[in-house]
Amino acid sequence: QGKFTLLRDTRTDGSFLVHHFLSFYLRAGCKVCFVALLQSFSHYSIVAQKLGVNLAAAKEQGQLVFLEGLKSCLDLLFGEEEQPGQPSPLQFLSTCDLRALFDFVRVSLTPCAHDSWKGPVLLVDDLSVLLSLGAAPVAVLDFIHYCRVSVCCQLQGNVVVLVHSSEDSEDEENELVVNSLCHHSDLILWAEGLATGFCKDVHGQMKIIKRLSLRQAAEQDLVQIYQYKIQDRNVTFFARGLSAAVL
Amino acid sequence: EEDKYGLYSNLLFKYFLAEGIVCGHDLFVASAKEHPDNILKELPAPLLDDTYGKELGDEAAAVKSEDFQDSMKIAWRYQNLPKMEASPTTCTKFGHYYDVSKKMSPELCQSVKWHSFYLHEELSFEPEMKAWNMNSGYARLLQSIQRIISQEGFDGSDPQKKQRNVLRIGIQSLGSILWGDDVCCSDTPADPHSLTKFLYVLRGLLRKSLSACIITVPAHLIQNKAIMERVTNLSDMVVGLESFIGSERETNPLYKDYHGLVHVHQIPRLNSLICDVSDTKDLAFRLKRKLFTIERLHLPPALSAAVSRASKQELAASAKLLSSGCGAVAVGERHLDF
Repeated sequence: QGKFTLLRDTRTDGSFLVHHFLSFYLRAGCKVCFVALLQSFSHYSIVAQKLGVNLAAAKEQGQLVFLEGLKSCLDLLFGEEEQPGQPSPLQFLSTCDLRALFDFVRVSLTPCAHDSWKGPVLLVDDLSVLLSLGAAPVAVLDFIHYCRVSVCCQLQGNVVVLVHSSEDSEDEENELVVNSLCHHSDLILWAEGLATGFCKDVHGQMKIIKRLSLRQAAEQDLVQIYQYKIQDRNVTFFARGLSAAVL
Repeated sequence: EEDKYGLYSNLLFKYFLAEGIVCGHDLFVASAKEHPDNILKELPAPLLDDTYGKELGDEAAAVKSEDFQDSMKIAWRYQNLPKMEASPTTCTKFGHYYDVSKKMSPELCQSVKWHSFYLHEELSFEPEMKAWNMNSGYARLLQSIQRIISQEGFDGSDPQKKQRNVLRIGIQSLGSILWGDDVCCSDTPADPHSLTKFLYVLRGLLRKSLSACIITVPAHLIQNKAIMERVTNLSDMVVGLESFIGSERETNPLYKDYHGLVHVHQIPRLNSLICDVSDTKDLAFRLKRKLFTIERLHLPPALSAAVSRASKQELAASAKLLSSGCGAVAVGERHLDF
């Protein structure tokens, strides 16, 4: 509880981790606020079904608060006049200010009187998009900071955020955000495409970094490396070089 | 991503539109360069089944006569492996084929409903686009697309409409200076976020309607590579065309049969954990008199012991190229030396 997990991908698509955490926390009975910026609700719903979770039901019961970024964006730009006092969470498209988005998150996860859900969880897919939409790197880091204080510290919940990165990326703003987030994460799950190129049986390598040094001064970070293969309903992990195709 | 002179990307653009007409889809063509009416006049004519079969048949026959089935003596283990198919033949037919030497007949063109957006005609109407905070040309285009989607019912807004059709949207040379964006001229563009904001809103429109969109971008002109990385992340599928015109590859014997390479940078991973990754990552294209084909690129056997130093370098570079995958690039510099 109260942990910040960073999902990171390099040269590959780490969205399978987002699907995992979404169904994981919903099954655990947590209240989840999912800021889905890049894909539609039905995309997550279809995959969640394969993982055994019904997103529509969770939404109806109030367990899942789903911000469908693409839809909100259209409502903002093409919709009727917004109601006063209820600014769109995607307002930063016009104003470059992420406060409305933070307010949305805070309001969604603050427990109501009759809420019986376990700890709140904020899930973001993906943070790098905010930079593409005009938010400054500092604004993005501030937003995450406010979310951590609110969700991790005040509400004792968890935050899980996906970012993209690459060593030879020329997107300095993005690399700045990613590096800064790495320093403040409790757990980093880093999915990387293999350095040797595409392989049918091994889709990538996962580095799990438990940042023990963050909480305790003398501790060393714990790093574990596995390789993985993504299947239709599952992701299998195995020690490096020991894929089923090889054994 | 357009090739350097936009020749082949323009061709693929027209293929997308032509396929839409043959399938009976509605079209929306947007350009700041050519008037969409002219683009639609230049679409390739569809090849009828028998003519296509004949085209391929001629080729296959030519290959067979040289390809005498000698039993292998040294590499006998390879005897039983299937012959490598350079290009998909008649086994799986997906979509239609076109004859680039002929134009599509006007009757066929007019058989579908099409909408056009020519930037220089549109700009005469000046709306207040301040709230959008993006390039006005892009904003106008988004408004136009949204209007068509809504009016023609592609977003399911008209429950009375029984026949639901697909809208094919083609946008030419997005990001070029003709759209009023300086992202292709300057390392520090005036508004680096316009293009990516446009793509985001477009993505939203596509997701909520029965539409598909192809966009060509002069990526080679975009100085700020960070923008191209963001454009890639905001797209479902990214394909780059690299033509050999004017490059040293033109004279490389490796590539003598081809006109350029096809780089698949990203494929869609939608509604599923897995994506449809093919085995082949190395594709090349060539434009014959009638057909534009995309084939697997394979290195010819290095038969001569006196392979010159220069072409060995190219082999090394190509070997590095050949091991690159979708989104994964081989990091090593050395080629295998026996």
